[in-house]
This record gives sequence, C-alpha cells and structure tokens, in this order.
Amino acid sequence: MTGGQPALVVEQLTKVFGERTAFSEISFEVGHGEIFGFLGPNGAGKTTTVRTLSTLIEPTSGTAIVAGMELRPENGVEIRQRIAVMPESPGLYLRLSVNENLQYFASLYGVTDATTKIASALESVNLGDRGLELCGGLSKGLRQRVALARTLLSDPTIMFLDEPTSGLDPVAALEVHNLILELRKRGVTIFLTTHRLEEAEKVCDRVAILNTTLRIVGKPKELREQLFEKQLVVRTVAPLSEPDKIFSAIHSVLQWRSSEPSSYVLTVSDVDVAAPEVSRSLISAGADILSVAEAQHSLEDVYLEIVDSGEKVGEP
Amino acid sequence: MMGLDGARVRAVARKDLQDFRRKRTIVLSMSLIPLTYLIVAMVLITVLSVTKNGSGPIPTVPLLYLLLNPVMMPAIVASYSVVGEREQGTLEPLLSTPLRQQELILGKAAAVMLPTIVLSYAVYALFLAFVALFAKSASASAVFHDGPALVSLVIFTPLLAGWSIAVGMAASVRANEARVAQQVATLSSFPAIAIVVFMMIGLIHPHFLVALEFAVGLALLDALILRLTIQMFNRERLIVGTVPTRKPGGGMMSSNP
Repeated sequence: MTGGQPALVVEQLTKVFGERTAFSEISFEVGHGEIFGFLGPNGAGKTTTVRTLSTLIEPTSGTAIVAGMELRPENGVEIRQRIAVMPESPGLYLRLSVNENLQYFASLYGVTDATTKIASALESVNLGDRGLELCGGLSKGLRQRVALARTLLSDPTIMFLDEPTSGLDPVAALEVHNLILELRKRGVTIFLTTHRLEEAEKVCDRVAILNTTLRIVGKPKELREQLFEKQLVVRTVAPLSEPDKIFSAIHSVLQWRSSEPSSYVLTVSDVDVAAPEVSRSLISAGADILSVAEAQHSLEDVYLEIVDSGEKVGEP
Repeated sequence: MMGLDGARVRAVARKDLQDFRRKRTIVLSMSLIPLTYLIVAMVLITVLSVTKNGSGPIPTVPLLYLLLNPVMMPAIVASYSVVGEREQGTLEPLLSTPLRQQELILGKAAAVMLPTIVLSYAVYALFLAFVALFAKSASASAVFHDGPALVSLVIFTPLLAGWSIAVGMAASVRANEARVAQQVATLSSFPAIAIVVFMMIGLIHPHFLVALEFAVGLALLDALILRLTIQMFNRERLIVGTVPTRKPGGGMMSSNP
C-alpha cells in the first residue's frame, strides 16, 4: 500500500444468490495509487466482487468504502461518478463510431471539454487516428482498447478492470500493462481481475487470491516467501557418490532430496548462507558443479498452492 | 422527479436516435408501419361514400384508423430498448456510469417518442393533403369539418404513443429476452387499439368532452406505467438475472439509484 487513507476498504463482504454463495466474508484494503490484483479460478466470485463494489449489485452483508463513500444504495450515483469500470466484454455500440461511443459516456459522466478528453484517452491507448471508425469494424483487441479509453474519460479515483488484456496479442497486452503502470503514476487506484498470473506479477503491487473466500492477500514476493520453503537446486556433472554425507554435514541445509540423477533440491535456512557452503562442500568432495541456484517460485506456484490447498492463509 | 439530470437524459436519447438511424430493421419498421396505415387510410377515404349530409362515421373511420399508427409503431422499438442493451452486452458498462434509472428510462422513451410523433403527424399531414387534393368533395368536406376527430388525432397521438412506449419499456425492463418483451408489448397495445376501434365503429363518439376525458385518463395511465417501470428497474436483476437476496435481518436491499 502507498499509505494514507485507503481508496477501497472491504469488510466481511458477502454476496449470496439464492443457495449459491458468490463470495463470503471477504475483507481487504487497497491504498490510493495501488495496483491490486484480484485472482481466482473461474466462478471464484471475482466479477461479482467488482460488480458489487461498483454498485451494480447489492451485497448480502458486510460493508465497504469505495473512493471515500460508504457502499450504500443512496450513494450509488456518487460512487459511480468516482470510479470507472471496464467489464470483461467491451460493451461498445457497434453501429456507432469510436468517437460517438466515447462522446456518449463522456456526457453520462458530465465530462467538460469532452473533445479534448476523448482525443487524450484515444492517444493513451494508441487509437488516436481511429476515432471516426465504426466500433463494429474493429478487431476484438481494438474494441478492448476503446473500452479502456472509455474508463479514462472521467479521471476516476478507482478503476476496476476485469480481464483488461483478454483477447489481446502480446504487444497490445504490453501496451495495456504500460498504460496501467502510467495510471498508477497519476495516482489512480487500479483493481485488476485477471487470469494471467504473469500479468499480475508484472504490474500488481499486491494480489489477493479469491475462491469464494479470500485465501490470501499480499505482495507476490511475500506470498512466495510465506508459502514456500527456501530451496537451492544443485546440479552436478555426474551423480554424487555419497550425497547424504555431503549435505548432512552442512548446518544451513535442513533436508535434501534428489529430483533426478545429478540434480538435488536442498531445503535451506538461508539461501545466502547455504549457497557458498554447499559450493565449498561439493568442491571438497571432488564434485564437478554445473549450477547452484535458488529455486524460483512463480506467482502461478503460489496460486496453485492456494487454490489447491483450499485453506485460508491470511495476510502476511 | 428527484435527482434528474437533463443532460444525461438527452445523452441517452441522442445516442439511441443515432443507433436507430443506423439499424436497418428499425428504420424499415418505423417507415413501413406508417406508410401502410397511410395507404389503407387513403384507400378507405377513396372507396367509402359519405352520407347525404356529409356526416356519420364514414369520414371518421380513416382518420381514427390513423391513430393505430402511434400505438403500433413504437411498441417493438420500446420493448427492445433495455433488454436489447442487455443482449448486446452494452448494459453493464452503461449501468456502471452515474446514470440513474429514471434518466435511462426517460431518455430511451424520448428516443422512441420523438420519431413516432414526427412520423405520425407527417402521415396525418400527407393524408389530409391527399383528401384535399384527390378525395370527393363531400368526403373532403366531411373530413375537414369533423373537428372532434381532428382534435383526437392531435391529442391522442402522443398519449397513445406514450401508452405503447411505457408498456413496451416495462416489458423490456422485466423480460429476460427481447423476443418475450416484444410479444408482451404487442399484446399490451390491444387495449389502446380497442379504444380506437370503438371510436371507429361508433361505440365511443369522439366529441370534445369524451376526447378530453379519455385524454386525461390516458395521460394519467401513461405517467403511472412509466413510474412503475422506473420502480421495477433493478440493476442486479438486469445484470445477473436474479433479484437481490434478503439479508438475514429481513431487510431487502432493493433501493437502486
């Protein structure tokens, strides 16, 4: 979090549809200017959470403060004035031009100097020269970018982006990532739901993993450290003749296993201490070392660990 | 009405009119329906004879027949207005803006009302021009001297259109599919059609007092249905297809600005 009053405070929020619970008792905070990733498998309740926080649907219980306003029906208009939502589907009027679509939404937000704002928003998504084209003639990726431009028109305090790079090619996705990072510099809070874990890892300050209940919230690095033991992966030219004798003699090595011939995974207390000790011991034992490296766990590993375990881990 | 932003109502109406102009099926249906009524009215005034004194129901028939036009023309378009946005996937981004439901409903109603009124009055003007130029003099004289029928055309056109639009929008707000909304809207225009038919066959005589009474009643009914439509509008049901769940304490979180 970047400090100061949080842009978004969610406490014990629950949404139930009949017999089905979309999400249950979720609590988290998002700071101003923070990019907050909201991850989870299909049906985990991510989109319902966004719809609830953007006042489209009513929570069953719990409270939230969105852009400084309490999430209550009577505050709906004011909250929606302060936020912008980009749903997964761009939702553009295909028979209208890009400019006409944006002009419509600028009017609904009461944007003054709409022409300049529209031009600026289109420039931000590299569509400066496509304003007169009908949206029906644009590719899915370009429509996605127009929808993103639409969220920029009202200078929102919080932007809810639901799968913003869905359907985009890698170059277009990179441009969206850069735009999101640029928005953070301007102080915009971004609430990003995504399936793309590398995307979350790349742009998000913190992530939350949801699977009906909130499983974990934290910075990707902290989550990795919290969930996974520190490990070294050692590879040698030939299999060690007495690996147990070598590794057991090193204090910083807690346990070891051979993952494949000539490859050993060591659980260590401290990587920075263990790596040189392991190297020295192997050389002393006459082993030819190919590599000694820290085991890298991606956000995907964290995600799979959390979703598979089904246990609530909490905030680090 | 509390908290109504005229600029947003105009924005919704302007966008819908832009969208209608580019949708061939809407342009066709909104052109063919009045054209068909105009042709039939022209045939009626040409083939039917007037009574000796030039009065009676005959000149009233084609005139009142034209009143079916503002009943039928807007029903389909109005019934598509909200559920159509839902089917196109444009409703969610729209409802995520500060737009209030009454602004959305009124803007969409205005977008249907405007072409209906313009086209209906244009049809009346063309019909009267045809009568003046081509109808038998007795028929023309009877038509132009039938004050109550002429006044009924002017007064009842926006009111009957208002009925069709209000009912069509109510169906659009409640239905899960555009097709269902269109069927409901078409069925619900029958009472309005019945009133017009009763006037045509002489069961209701459209003298000034009757016209005034019906006009006031219809205006109140239009306002009531429009108000009910706004109250029925529920963002959650339109987005996810379910109504809000009751809270354990018993309160229903249904308020929906």
